[in-house]
Amino acid sequence: MATTPVAPAPKAPKLNRIGLQILDYRGGKTTLCAGCGHNAISERITEAFFEMGIQPERVMKMSGIGCSSKSPAYFMSRSFSFNSVHGRMPSVATGALLANKTMRSVAVSGDGDTASIGMGQFVHLMRRNVPMIYIIEDNGVYGLTKGQFSATADIGSKQKTGVVNDLPAIDICALAIQLGATFVGRSFSGDKKQLSAMLKAALAHQGTVLLDVISPCVTFNDHEGSTKSYKYMQEHEEEVGEVGFVPFFEDISVEYDANTTIDVPMHDGSHLRLRKIHEEYAPTDKIGAVKLLNESHHKGEVLTGVFYVDTQKQDFAQLLNLVDEPLATLPESRTRPSREVLTQLMELHL
Amino acid sequence: MTPTQLVAESQPAKQAADGSKRIVNDFSIQVATVNGSGSQSANSVLLRSIFRMGVPVSGKNLFPSNIAGLPTWYTIRVNKDGWVARKTEIDLLIAMNPETAKEDVLSMKAGGAVIYDEGLKLNELRSDLIFYAVPFDQLTVATGAEAKLRKLIKNMVYVGIAAQLLSIDMASVEETVRKQFAKKVKAAELNLNAVRVGHDYAKSTLTKQDPLAVEALAADHPRNTRGKIIIDGNAAAAMGAMFAGVTVVGWYPITPSSSVVENLIDLMKKYRVEKDGKATFAIVQAEDELAAIGMVLGAGWAGARAMTASSGPGLSLMAEFAGLGYYAELPGVIFDIQRTGPSTGLPTRTSQADLTFIAGLSHGDTKHVILLPGSVKECFEFGMECFELAEQLQTPVFMLSDLDLGMNNWMSEPFDYPEKPISRGKVLSAEDLQRLGGFGRYKDVDGDGIPYRTLPGTDHPLAAYFTRGSGHNEKALYSERPDDYENNMLRLARKFDTAKTLVPKPILEGSGKEKVGILAFGTSHWAIIEARDQLTRESKLATDYLRVRAYPFTQEVHDFVARHDRVYVVEQNRDAQLQSLLKVDLDPAFAVKLRSVLHFNGLPIDARSVSAVIAEEEGVAK
Repeated sequence: MATTPVAPAPKAPKLNRIGLQILDYRGGKTTLCAGCGHNAISERITEAFFEMGIQPERVMKMSGIGCSSKSPAYFMSRSFSFNSVHGRMPSVATGALLANKTMRSVAVSGDGDTASIGMGQFVHLMRRNVPMIYIIEDNGVYGLTKGQFSATADIGSKQKTGVVNDLPAIDICALAIQLGATFVGRSFSGDKKQLSAMLKAALAHQGTVLLDVISPCVTFNDHEGSTKSYKYMQEHEEEVGEVGFVPFFEDISVEYDANTTIDVPMHDGSHLRLRKIHEEYAPTDKIGAVKLLNESHHKGEVLTGVFYVDTQKQDFAQLLNLVDEPLATLPESRTRPSREVLTQLMELHL
Repeated sequence: MTPTQLVAESQPAKQAADGSKRIVNDFSIQVATVNGSGSQSANSVLLRSIFRMGVPVSGKNLFPSNIAGLPTWYTIRVNKDGWVARKTEIDLLIAMNPETAKEDVLSMKAGGAVIYDEGLKLNELRSDLIFYAVPFDQLTVATGAEAKLRKLIKNMVYVGIAAQLLSIDMASVEETVRKQFAKKVKAAELNLNAVRVGHDYAKSTLTKQDPLAVEALAADHPRNTRGKIIIDGNAAAAMGAMFAGVTVVGWYPITPSSSVVENLIDLMKKYRVEKDGKATFAIVQAEDELAAIGMVLGAGWAGARAMTASSGPGLSLMAEFAGLGYYAELPGVIFDIQRTGPSTGLPTRTSQADLTFIAGLSHGDTKHVILLPGSVKECFEFGMECFELAEQLQTPVFMLSDLDLGMNNWMSEPFDYPEKPISRGKVLSAEDLQRLGGFGRYKDVDGDGIPYRTLPGTDHPLAAYFTRGSGHNEKALYSERPDDYENNMLRLARKFDTAKTLVPKPILEGSGKEKVGILAFGTSHWAIIEARDQLTRESKLATDYLRVRAYPFTQEVHDFVARHDRVYVVEQNRDAQLQSLLKVDLDPAFAVKLRSVLHFNGLPIDARSVSAVIAEEEGVAK
């Protein structure tokens, strides 16, 4: 009897609903520090796009300048990427989206790129409800220039050198809600389950999604006294509601308790399921959401979860009533008025 | 001085029936009003009524950086020879602003005429002018207009008075008013009535003493304005952008460029909305100029024809993005309607002082393609051409207009419909990628320095690439290698050389064989053509003139300097910016031939400022 064990047949790679494998969503090798929260976020983004079955060529990856803004190079190489200038990605992303509203846009920024140099453009992006996902990889420091505080650093937080931050932090989420963003949440790079569900829900949303993801800087802001360290987050993260997500291509008859869970039907037919943890949690109440966020600061908690969702508001492309096709590639017959139009205009000026 | 001395030497005065000398179709009118008094329509009626009689005109608005209350002057030059540059001497003043009336009168040359409100008693100031006192308030009340409209209607009264004194054809005035108020019949009647009240008053009460008159040009007169249009450069540039097929516009309001986009919005709403009500364009008023150009470059990257319009302070803010556009090779169109700087400067005055700044706008080695329109027709044509060049060259392309061209009214031949189909440059499709087996985004395949690109959304696994303002190699991968950087920068320089073969060529006027040459760009043109005529007539100095229409300079510019003994570079800035750019490019042996004629007081350059300097330097001044 032959005793040679039979080799198990090689396992076929898992394919997503459009027949691609996870490899098709991978990016270049990261050049960020080992253990950087940003790398974990890149992983979650890769998985979310893979699992949702989004064609990589239909995606624009936008970023500004900084460690976080480098990260689009480390996921989804088959997508089109634009690493622009410091704090100005929102305008570039807006222009790109208007040129081709049929594309999906995912933007990665940092707390410096957004809340300091980029604040001017950030607030207007939120206000316009440009349909895109805007992820802030938030570590409270400028990593690429070696650890200066950013505007999201909490008051009292300590730098590695012992310097204490004496200015209050800007709460990007509260700000985004006030300004008109239609999907606002906070997560933690170390919370795989929550971040994955939020990213998938983000892909189902039509409008501006703002995700503030606390992402510890292992080199400059992961020490005792920092409020953006892995340890601090593990001790102070407070979920406002458990985030569940049922994509449109799965069976939506999954049971849920309507007394404890809020079901939000998304634009593409997916369902966002938010199980209440915090008593006053009501993710469609703008004022309530801002109140919860403000209270959390007083309690010393880092609130995470989806704070606010509005699935009804028009996004910027709808507001501008653009034609269905991308403006970028409209044929001359639709972009150059006729000879008669010029004649008519000339007569007006005779 | 007598009125006859006001007659330009080229204009032999006509003998009128009563024996006095008449000055026909060669004078200027200045209307002094208060900003916000609504005199613009009245001035426009005056200008266009003369134009409608076939007589060449130009109108220049000298206005303050203010919404209401400060003085403003509108000058109409009537010239049968077709000279439209600013004329410094005023022949007829319509003094409607009590604040400036005294100074306005005192600054006039002897022999001039003044129409004024009788209450101002301006006639007591000088005895060497001709004064026409008019009871404006009484006449305005007599028009029957309701009280709240009287401030506006008063302006139409002076139109009527001027029309009668200058023998402007009332039928022409009527036609003009009706066209101007085409959509408001009641307003047209009200305004016409006021014109008639003024006209009747002048006819019955005033005695014509000045020599100025408008006479219709014969239909076959070579300078008859029939068939010509009157338009401002910003409206023309907006038309150019529309016919270029612009689809994305990001902008931030700034004088004197705002009316480019405001005109464009009106045009696009009318001509670029489809039957289902959907727009083939997106125009976004951005939060600032940084965002405006950011949107343009983002849209250009994604394949749209995108533009912005701004002026000096806005361009300063755009510097960082301009460098990104150059280095990451993104198409985009930027209209700079130049005003007087530095800093806030004189926001409502004209200038050509952004040239060297724009040529290298950004940190690091950067060179931009700039188109330099000299007429409203070129605002239209270059407004289109910018988009072609931006996509062909994959780079931001600038159009440098100025306040004088952009906001003032100019006569022009009607614009020509573009015969060339729109060309989108080197863009690879999914099929191309399949055939080629991939591409290098920054690879110089054709030897012209221009690489190939793909648009986001191109459905091929090899279509995507990474766009960045940081160092990159031919494959658009991040690189800090010295050779990658150097090769890329050298290729960009080659691309700029290619641009020389694509930009509009300069235009030569003159025999091409004279010893003295004149070089200039933009609106200086109008002063130069008149100055050349003055030099020929008064100093017997023949000149050649080359009008540069783009940067980088084409071979013709080098040849022109080489062929002439001395070349006067005429420009509207202090630092001789065109000359400095020329000196960088020219053979040093030729650079010594360059002389400067500069004009930079915020007002449009006039012919005498050019001819006087050249005549003096050439030793032919009288």
